[in-house]
Amino acid sequence: MFKIVNVITDNQKFTVASIIITLFLCYTFSLFSNLPQKNYDTSAMARKGKMVWQKYNCNACHQIYGLGGYLGPDLTNVTSIRNTKQLTAFIKSGTKSMPVLNLTDTEIECLIEFLKNVNSTGKSDPRTFQIQKNGTIHQ
Amino acid sequence: MEPFINKKYSYPGLFLRTGLLLLSIGLIFGLTGALQYILLGFIKQYISFEKIRPLHVSSVVFWIILGAIGSVLSYVQQHSGKKLHSEILLKIQFYIFCVSIISILISYFFGVFGGREYWEFNPLFALPIGIGWILFIINFVKTLGSFKNQPVYVWMWLTGIVFFLFTFLESYLWLFPYFSDNVVNDMTIQWKSYGSMVGSWNQLIYGSSIFLMAKISGDKSIGYSKISFALYFTGLTNLTFNWGHHIYTLPTHDYIKHISYIISMTELILIGRIIYKWRLTVSEARKHFHIVSFRFLSAADFWVFLTLLLAILMSIPGINVYTHGTHVTVAHTMGATIGINSFLLLAVAFDIFPRNNKYLSLAFWIANISLLIFWISLIIAGIEKAKWQMRAIQSPFSTMMMDIKPYFISFFISGLALIIALTFIILPLFKKENTRK
Repeated sequence: MFKIVNVITDNQKFTVASIIITLFLCYTFSLFSNLPQKNYDTSAMARKGKMVWQKYNCNACHQIYGLGGYLGPDLTNVTSIRNTKQLTAFIKSGTKSMPVLNLTDTEIECLIEFLKNVNSTGKSDPRTFQIQKNGTIHQ
Repeated sequence: MEPFINKKYSYPGLFLRTGLLLLSIGLIFGLTGALQYILLGFIKQYISFEKIRPLHVSSVVFWIILGAIGSVLSYVQQHSGKKLHSEILLKIQFYIFCVSIISILISYFFGVFGGREYWEFNPLFALPIGIGWILFIINFVKTLGSFKNQPVYVWMWLTGIVFFLFTFLESYLWLFPYFSDNVVNDMTIQWKSYGSMVGSWNQLIYGSSIFLMAKISGDKSIGYSKISFALYFTGLTNLTFNWGHHIYTLPTHDYIKHISYIISMTELILIGRIIYKWRLTVSEARKHFHIVSFRFLSAADFWVFLTLLLAILMSIPGINVYTHGTHVTVAHTMGATIGINSFLLLAVAFDIFPRNNKYLSLAFWIANISLLIFWISLIIAGIEKAKWQMRAIQSPFSTMMMDIKPYFISFFISGLALIIALTFIILPLFKKENTRK
């Protein structure tokens, strides 16, 4: 008797699952049609630079907005603290842990343009974040 | 629950064994990567970290995926009492996956990348993987037949299978400039798909573990009770809406963060349930602890508790500000992939290939203790990095990494012990059956 009372019917299961999945689909497609950043300017060079970032798998060691690897530093705002010459030197010579990846000059230019573009989208330094009264983070 | 799958070379079994092989490979690459944290530049002229990391991550991710497929295909036969709908589809799927995975690993050695976290391979390889997954869906649905009055684990398998395909496709939206031109938009969609994708393979694995629990205890009602479905729907809600906690620090829509924060707190229900069930679990453990599978189920229960606790803490934005981008996140990932996913899949593997020997018990305990030390080392390293991130005047990144080196050494040594223990656990699963459980 206990087991019969304790069992949930198929109709109830389908109803609950349908509600959750419908909400998920609405959430998904509303996000797709209304992406977070609308007024942006990504140059062709920065787009190419993004492909360079992916081609050399820079994400394995470096982070953007705290997402990525842990062996190297977060590069979201690196162009605010290092100039093009310094960044070019890093990329060309490598470091103790970073290999020389033999990027072409054009690839280096595009990559730095991409990093400048990333820098323009926001800040990743947690010291600059504000924790709001409702507990969420605001930049 | 008639076992159709204990044939020596059944394809569901082959999925599991191939997965175990990938786990072994992934562990070796993981250890090499850990060594590069301690000895900076170690063998970087031959294989640098941007190659080692994807080799490690992809091997382990494919272990989880192949293991999950193997477990579902084995248990759906036992559950339905029918053989798989099509052995040919299964073989095609198996060989598609094998060829794709081998090609992916080779491509990493040659420095060919797609460069996306988790799926670092060239996007062309996504095509055969997607096709293989569709064959898996066909075989699963046709084998199952009817959806009437199915237990919770069937719902979980179906959820995992469908959502994996959806999120896998979603993770390739970056190929369209509309999604990828702006880095914040790109990362929002990327982590939306990844967050739900992890939830989807968890559904496959948790479903198999509930089936196994019901099988060991002989109590089929586990899969039909209201509480099981309540927990399933909580899990489904988290799978669909909780992905935002990965991107609290991204300048994305505020509502994504609010929804995720609220939903992530429903996980407290799951943790409350674990604590409530603790006494019962202990008494059950006494009854079944001699069974190797049950030991891994119990260990996973412990790791679910620790990982969920850490996940809930990390889901609180005020704490996430400190932990984000630190090794605390790595500790969470390692706890989930090794302590939960791998231990649950090992429980399934020991059910499908019943093995026991005098080393297993010792290896089991060494694996758990070393994983705990490994996990704690990462958390301490993460806390130290968090403190550094918040300092008004920061030392250079390389100095901070040198300062936390002792924790990386502890992480490496415990990782080595974990690998040795897991080797002793995995090896019998490749040998001929000599001892019945």
